[in-house]
Amino acid sequence: MKDWKIFLIPAAVFLIVYWLPVENSRFQGSVIEGFALLKEYARQHVLFCLVPAFFIAGAISVFVSKASVIKYFGAQAKKVLSYSVASISGTILAVCSCTVLPIFAGIYARGAGIGPATAFLYSGPAINVLAIILTAKVLGFKLGLARALGAVAFSVIIGLLMHLVFSREERKREGFNLAEVDQHKEIRPLWKTALYFATMVGILGFVNWGKSGQEFKIWYFIYRAKWFIGAAFIIVLIWMIVSWFRKTELKEWTLSTWIFAKQILPLLFGGVLVAGFLLGRPNHEGIIPSQWVARLVGGNSFATNLFASFAGALMYFATLTEVPIVQGLLGSGMGQGPALALLLAGPALSLPSMIVIRSIIGTKKALTYICLVVIMATISGLIYGAIA
Amino acid sequence: MEIRILGPGCPRCHEVEKRTFNALAELNVSADVQKVTDIKRIAEYKIIGTPGLVINGKVKCYGRIPSLDEIKNWFKEEL
Repeated sequence: MKDWKIFLIPAAVFLIVYWLPVENSRFQGSVIEGFALLKEYARQHVLFCLVPAFFIAGAISVFVSKASVIKYFGAQAKKVLSYSVASISGTILAVCSCTVLPIFAGIYARGAGIGPATAFLYSGPAINVLAIILTAKVLGFKLGLARALGAVAFSVIIGLLMHLVFSREERKREGFNLAEVDQHKEIRPLWKTALYFATMVGILGFVNWGKSGQEFKIWYFIYRAKWFIGAAFIIVLIWMIVSWFRKTELKEWTLSTWIFAKQILPLLFGGVLVAGFLLGRPNHEGIIPSQWVARLVGGNSFATNLFASFAGALMYFATLTEVPIVQGLLGSGMGQGPALALLLAGPALSLPSMIVIRSIIGTKKALTYICLVVIMATISGLIYGAIA
Repeated sequence: MEIRILGPGCPRCHEVEKRTFNALAELNVSADVQKVTDIKRIAEYKIIGTPGLVINGKVKCYGRIPSLDEIKNWFKEEL
């Protein structure tokens, strides 16, 4: 970077710090809120939710064969199959959100239909494994489930609509072809891999089992026994690791886990600090007054859902940072509907990603896609807000 | 030997880059190594998912981090 540009950084920092309103009690409170939220995350979410989630993400990226999923993007595969697979393939193909755009560019360049390709493009960031896990843990199981289901359902709808709108051009495109690349041979039978993942998800689920009233006997019983159940699953997992996996595979797994953690945790903690500073925790305000939040995104009207969608589409969210931000917004008065709208439009799009998408599929298709995302997120928000 | 590492700059691509240089050092060969970070240019290779490793114009691997041994074998093939 040129020297004069580098100079801008200390200059900007100086100006900000020169005017920093440290004497203002609201400002002081907000700074505390930022750290308070960070402490809450460290205490409640890091050890038993994020750490297992990173291991699961690492496992997916190392042990699940991508080629088996990618072949469904071709025009030869039956429509029902290719759209269903495309809409959930994001979980498997794009564990790290940075790879969504390259994958989208790659499959489109190879001739995948615009329909399944955009279904993947939308669902990828939206049903990112880590994001769903953290959403369910922090924002509640209902919102986590709604996010996952909404992402899958609307990715199929968006894909189909894109295909319909551009069907004339689509017919001219060549078929889908997968180049010969020496990919991993499967070392383990599928059922072993499936059980291994089920065990990890089981550990995650039971260890985070929520408390509830005594009405649901089974639920409460499991809550009381959750550590024993969790420990049992961990023992099973250790046995699986020892008997089904080679040392080199385990090294790759832990390396992949570590790479994700290294990349995502600093950004998440930064996001938590900022979210806490701006929006505070429930019953504690941040810098932004709750009335503003309530007025812009409170309740469940068409306007608030649309605003949440639109703002989410433009804003850039680093992986997982949408969770503390939506948490802060909900605590400041955002409605459940607009919250879901933001979760569905936010991670999927951002101003920089719109520019890249445009360079891959052209302005017309990109604009259509963006509009569809905003509309679908708004509708999902309206529906969820009404029933939640 | 011409090597291209495809990736927008995430840690996984750095890991591939690191292993590539380790492999070159262990085999005691030199090569023209470049990173391709522009997504449009990456798409031209038609890989599905980054990181990607291209040697002498041939896509050797994509969407995952290859092991050091795999990379060394590919180098031996392409030398």
